[in-house]
Amino acid sequence: MKWLSDQVVDQLRANLGFPDLSGTRYRAVRLLARGGMAAVWLAEDTVLHRQVALKVLDLADGKDDLAARLLREAEILASLEHPGIVPVHDAGTLADGRVFCCMKYVQGETLEQHVRRLGSTSEALRLILRIAEPLAFAHSHGVLHRDLKPGNTMIGPFGEVLVMDWGLAKRIELASAATAPPLAIHPEAGHSTNPPATGVVGTPGFMSPEQERGDAASPRSDVFSLGAVMAFTLAHTAPKNAFRSLPRPLRSICGKAMAANPALRYESVEALAADISRYLEQMPVSAYRENVLERSVRLMHRHATAIVLVLAYLFMRGLFILFAKR
Amino acid sequence: MEEVVADKFPLTRHSILAAVQSDDPAEKSRALETITAAYWKPIYKHLRLRWELNSADAQDLTQEFFARLIEKDFLAGYDSGKGRLRTFLRTCADRLFLKQSRDAHRLKRGGDNSHVELDFETAERELAHTALSSADNFEQYFERECLRSLFALALERLRSKYDVAGKLVYLAVFERYNLTEDQDSHPTYAQLAAEFHLSPSDVTNYLSSARRDFRQCVLDQLRDMTATEEEFQAEARALLGATAK
Repeated sequence: MKWLSDQVVDQLRANLGFPDLSGTRYRAVRLLARGGMAAVWLAEDTVLHRQVALKVLDLADGKDDLAARLLREAEILASLEHPGIVPVHDAGTLADGRVFCCMKYVQGETLEQHVRRLGSTSEALRLILRIAEPLAFAHSHGVLHRDLKPGNTMIGPFGEVLVMDWGLAKRIELASAATAPPLAIHPEAGHSTNPPATGVVGTPGFMSPEQERGDAASPRSDVFSLGAVMAFTLAHTAPKNAFRSLPRPLRSICGKAMAANPALRYESVEALAADISRYLEQMPVSAYRENVLERSVRLMHRHATAIVLVLAYLFMRGLFILFAKR
Repeated sequence: MEEVVADKFPLTRHSILAAVQSDDPAEKSRALETITAAYWKPIYKHLRLRWELNSADAQDLTQEFFARLIEKDFLAGYDSGKGRLRTFLRTCADRLFLKQSRDAHRLKRGGDNSHVELDFETAERELAHTALSSADNFEQYFERECLRSLFALALERLRSKYDVAGKLVYLAVFERYNLTEDQDSHPTYAQLAAEFHLSPSDVTNYLSSARRDFRQCVLDQLRDMTATEEEFQAEARALLGATAK
């Protein structure tokens, strides 16, 4: 038995994760990222001569039905055609038995990396609105993301915003998707291919308290995650990166979205987005009751042009009257 | 012991631990041989370096350790819920050393135990290559040696498999590409094609096929080196995850 040097051991180790793409139209280029159970490879589609992202499970015989879950993710992605959701091209099983899912290769950076480039609070808020769009679309189609976080949000080279990694996504009862706080799980949820109805799924810091407890998730759980993403993003644009230095209405929007009690959160992602839009338009937001002074300041900001014009007119008028009397 | 390759003595039990605890003596014996083949070198090298034993004492202790493993149902005390099999084996070897150090008269060469065939000369030659680096601790060193043992045995499996299947060119291409010590002289696919009188696409296909088979051999070997399915799954993921560099 030949002795293997450390270099040879490393080389052999590198062979292990390499996806076996024989018999497929894809050729592996390089490893892009890896998660707990799967790796994402940059690959070339040799038929269409384009780059794609291949998500390949680490093992062929996952005990916890991971293969079925990846196929389920592909199926969910295929059912959600939206410019903010990464499209799936193909799914199947490789020659070595590992399940793969072929998706559009999105170049760009994650929100986690992109926040450094955000110049202002309003730019950050417009980005959050772009993230809310695919999320609301998914909810309207009865799908929860359940793992929204900055690392799962991609900003492409043309400024396109894509919500990625739907590995924990779950189908829910469509009729109640928009409103009901603790949501009844669709009968299909008991099917083995669906991710677990309960159990801790998500990412600490961005998952809702009910997810942390292992309770069933609802659209309000995604509202919480979007609120957490919003707080994360705004904190990077705030003076000295201090969330507390942000305007009170904005902090209240984040607070309402991230309320521990799901019933106290926005009833939907659209409702949260609407409040953000109102803030951007300098209108009152539902999450915050302003006092008279704050209202006056807001109105002055909102109607600054008109106020300046009126004041200029009055000033000129005054001057005219003054000179006319002389 | 070098000849013990699990392909030649396939275990019928899914878990090596279950096989070790089997009532069937043949099954039990095969399982213990598999464990010994996989772990004797890491244990021997660990004893040499960790306790600074000379070659003769480390050989005696390794012999005694694996003889006890085979004869005295050493693994009966192993609880898979408390740790990995290899950590258990290393801890047991350390305990055996400490016990024998305390009880000096029992540290005797050969002992009363039956002899286990182990190629210590090779292990000594390998030790010269794998001195403990300053960055390593003993645990890391032992882990690295276990990984080396895993790959070496997986390669043996691959060789046996390709020997039987008559796919020696596949094996030669795979070994030429992956077992080159000097990374600067790492052959390209075109160089491999010229060297083996193959087309570049054949090289791609041969390597792809051998890579798939090697991966399977590693997973099969790893299954034989882990005590439970849960440990196997966790180890396999850790092993595969480490490629993300």
